Amino acid sequence: MEFGLSDEQKLLDQTIKKFVEKEVPLERVRELAADRQSFDATIWNGLNELGLFGIMIPEEYGGAGLRLLDAIVVQEHLGRQVVPAPFLSTAILAPVALLKGGSEEQKDTWLPKIAAGEVRVAVGVSDVVERRESSGITLKDKKLSGKSVFVIDGQNADLLLLAVGGNNLAIVDKKAAGVSINELTTVDKTRGVVEVVLDGVEAELLGKEGQAEQAISQVIDCARVALAADSLGACHVMLDKAVAYSLERKQFKRVIGSFQAVKHMCAEMAAQIEPCRALVWYAAHAYDELPDEAPLMACHAKAHVADVGQFVSVTATQVFGGMGFTDLVGLHYWFKRIGLNRQLLGGPETVRQRAAELQGWV
Amino acid sequence: MDLSYPKEYEDFRLEVRQFLKEHGDKSRNVGEEMGRPTQKLKDWQNLLIERGYACRTIPKEYGGYGAKPDILHNVIITEEFNRTQIRRGISGQGISMLVPTLLELGTEEQKQKLIKPTITGEIVWCQGYSEPNAGSDLASLQTKAHVEGDYFVINGQKIWTSSAHFSDMMFVLVRTEPDAPKHRGISYLLLSMDTPGIEVRPLVTMTGKAEFNETFFTDVKVKTDQIVGKRGEGWMVANATLKHERGMIGDPAQLDALLVKLIELMKDETVNGARLMDNPIHRDRLLKLQARVESAKLHSLRILSNSLQQSFEMLPLLIIKLNGTHLSHDINAMGIDMLGELGVLYEDSPYLRSKGTWQFRYMFSIGLIIGGGTSQIQKNIISERGLGMPREPKPQPSAANS
Ligand SMILES: Cc1cc2nc3c(=O)[nH]c(=O)nc-3n(C[C@H](O)[C@H](O)[C@H](O)COP(=O)(O)OP(=O)(O)OC[C@H]3O[C@@H](n4cnc5c(N)ncnc54)[C@H](O)[C@@H]3O)c2cc1C
Repeated sequence: MEFGLSDEQKLLDQTIKKFVEKEVPLERVRELAADRQSFDATIWNGLNELGLFGIMIPEEYGGAGLRLLDAIVVQEHLGRQVVPAPFLSTAILAPVALLKGGSEEQKDTWLPKIAAGEVRVAVGVSDVVERRESSGITLKDKKLSGKSVFVIDGQNADLLLLAVGGNNLAIVDKKAAGVSINELTTVDKTRGVVEVVLDGVEAELLGKEGQAEQAISQVIDCARVALAADSLGACHVMLDKAVAYSLERKQFKRVIGSFQAVKHMCAEMAAQIEPCRALVWYAAHAYDELPDEAPLMACHAKAHVADVGQFVSVTATQVFGGMGFTDLVGLHYWFKRIGLNRQLLGGPETVRQRAAELQGWV
Repeated sequence: MDLSYPKEYEDFRLEVRQFLKEHGDKSRNVGEEMGRPTQKLKDWQNLLIERGYACRTIPKEYGGYGAKPDILHNVIITEEFNRTQIRRGISGQGISMLVPTLLELGTEEQKQKLIKPTITGEIVWCQGYSEPNAGSDLASLQTKAHVEGDYFVINGQKIWTSSAHFSDMMFVLVRTEPDAPKHRGISYLLLSMDTPGIEVRPLVTMTGKAEFNETFFTDVKVKTDQIVGKRGEGWMVANATLKHERGMIGDPAQLDALLVKLIELMKDETVNGARLMDNPIHRDRLLKLQARVESAKLHSLRILSNSLQQSFEMLPLLIIKLNGTHLSHDINAMGIDMLGELGVLYEDSPYLRSKGTWQFRYMFSIGLIIGGGTSQIQKNIISERGLGMPREPKPQPSAANS
C-alpha cells in the first residue's frame, strides 16, 4: 500500500523542477508572452533532452513507457512555472490517441517521431464536449471539412489530431491543401490555442472509420486530469507567493501576514489546495490502472480543481493588494493559466453534468 | 502508487468480512449512540475486542486485544464496517481521547485500573476542559485546585461538558500553580463524578436535547495520585488528548456515509412527480459535494500512506478538522434544502422524513465546527504551524494603562 509518488516519480519531480526553475524564469515567460509565443525552441529542446515527449510512449516506439501519473508530475511543474511549452498535446494527448485508436502503421510512423521530439502535435476535441460557433468537422467522400475551435497547443504544431463527426479522429498535416489555421488570442499567452478550418482536406483517419469513440473519450479524460494537475501547480505557487509576500509587506507597522484576516485567507487556500493533490494523483492512477473509475475521477479532478483554482487565484491576488493587480509581480500569469485551464474541455458545470451521466443519475 | 494490499492483509479482510456476516446483527441500532451504552452494545463491544476489531492495539493486560500496531489492519477493519454499514462498538471521549492519553502518559496503576472498564463501557467519561471564560483560550482556565494533605481540593466551574449528566468520571484541567505562566500552571486530573461537591446542570442545546452541561466544583477532593503527568504539565497532557480528538472529528468514512444518504434521498424523493435527482441544479450541487468527499477520502489515504512510509508532513494533518466539519455541515444543509418545506419538520411532525435526522445533524454539525477548537482557531493553526505565518502580536499596553 503506497498512495503517492514512487521513488522514481519523486526523482522525476525533482529533475523537472530543477529544469523549469533554471530555464524558465518568469522573465522568459514575460518575453515570450509579449511576443505572443507559446513555443520556445530552447525550452522545447530542454524538455526533449529529458526525454519527456516520449514519457507515455512505450519503449518499443522509443519512449519511456511511463504512465499518466508520471506525465502529470511533469505537467504540474509546467503549471507551477507557467511554462510556455506545448507539452500537453504532444506528450500526453497525441500518444494516448495514437495508442488507443491508431493502426500499427500509424503508431510506427508517429510515435517514434513524437518520442524524439521531432514533431509537435495539436489536439482538437473541444466540439465533442461542447459545440459552439458551429464547430465540428465532417467526413464526406474521404474529405474533411468544417472547423475545430480551441485546438490545444495549435500555435506551432506540425501535425493536427482532430475529432471528426461519427466517432473519428483524423490526422492532418498542417501544410496539407485546404488547411487553414487562425490563432485565437486568449488571456493566457503561455498556451497557443487555435482554430483549424478544413476545406475538403484529404482524410487520414486514426484506425478504422467510426471506431475512435473510446480513444476520444480517453484523450478527454487524460486532458482533464492533466489540466487539473497544471492548475494545481499554479495554485501552489500562488499560495506560496502570497505567504511570502505577506511576510515582507508591512502596513500599520507590522507584516501583513500577522493580520488574522490575511492569515485566514491563506489558511483557506491551503485547506482547499491540499486535498486536491490526492484527488489529482488518484485520477491519474485511475486512468492508468482502474479504467472503470477513470472517467468519473477525471471529471471530479477537472471540475473541483477548477473551482479551487478560481478561489485561490482571486484570493492570492487580494493578499498582494494593488501589487497583485499589476503586471509587476506577474501573479496574473498564474491567474490566467488557471482561468484558461478551467474552461478548456468543459467548465465545471459541463464536466459535472458528465459526471452525473457517468453515474447514471441522468 | 500501489493501492493493493499484500496477501496476508487480503486474508485478514476476508476474516473481517466473514465475522461481520456471522455477527453483524449483534451490532447496535441507529440512535443508540446517545446516553450510556446498553448491555447489547457492551456485549457487542466485548465481542469486537475479543476478535481484535476494537481496541486492537491496546495491550492485553489492559483489556485490549494486544496486537502490535499496524495501521493497515485498522484501515481494513474500518473499510469493511463502512462497506457493510454495520456500526462499530463503543465510542466517546473515554475511549477515543482518555485511553490513548493514558497509554502515552499514564502511570502503570492508572492503566491497570482504568483502561479495561473504559473500553468495555463500564466507565463512561466526560471531558472537563472548557470554562465560561476559557474556551478558545483554554490555557487561561481558572478552575483551581490546591493541595490539602493527600488531596487536591477543586473549586470552580466547567462548561459545555458533553455527557457529564450520565458520566462516571471526568478528566479535567485545573490550575494548580496559580503563580506559574498560564501554560505551566495546569494539571490534568481524573475524578469520579459522584465525589461530593460536584453539581451537574444540563444545558439544552439547539437540537432540543441536553447534550452538554455546566459542571460546578465546590471543595471537591481528589486524591493527589489521580493526576496524569506531573503537576503543572497538564497542558502538554491535554494537547496529547486534543490531537486524538481532532483526528476523530474529521473521519472521512462518516462523510461518505452521509453522502450516500443524500444520494438516496435525491433518488427517492419526488417533487411535482420528478425525482430530485432529475433537477440539474440539485445534481450540480450534489456533485460539488461528491468531489469534496472524494478528495477528503483520498487525502486521508495519502496521510495513511505517509505514516506507513514514516514520512511526516504537517499541513495535510492540520486541515482535516476544518474541512471535515464544514463538509459534513454542507451535506446536511443540502439534505434539508432537498426536502424543502418538508425539511423543516422536526420531532413528531406528520410527513417527517428520516426521523428528522437531517435537521438534527445540520444543527449538531455546527457544534462540531465549534467544539474541539473552532474553525477560526483551526485557521490560526494552519497559517501558523502549516504555513509559517506569525502569531497575532500581543496588544500593546495603551498609554493610559502604563
Ligand atoms: C457540541 C459541543 C461539545 C463540546 N464538548 C465539550 C466537552 O465535552 N468538554 C469541554 O471541555 N468542552 C466542550 N466544548 C467546548 C468547546 O471546546 C468550546 O466551545 C470551543 O473551544 C470554543 O470556545 P467558546 O465556546 O468559549 O468560544 P469563544 O472562544 O468565546 O469563541 C467565540 C468566537 O470567537 C472566535 N475566537 C476566539 N478566539 C479567537 C482567536 N484567537 N482568533 C480568532 N477567532 C477567535 C471563535 O472562533 C468563535 O467564533 C464543546 C462545544 C460544543 C459546541
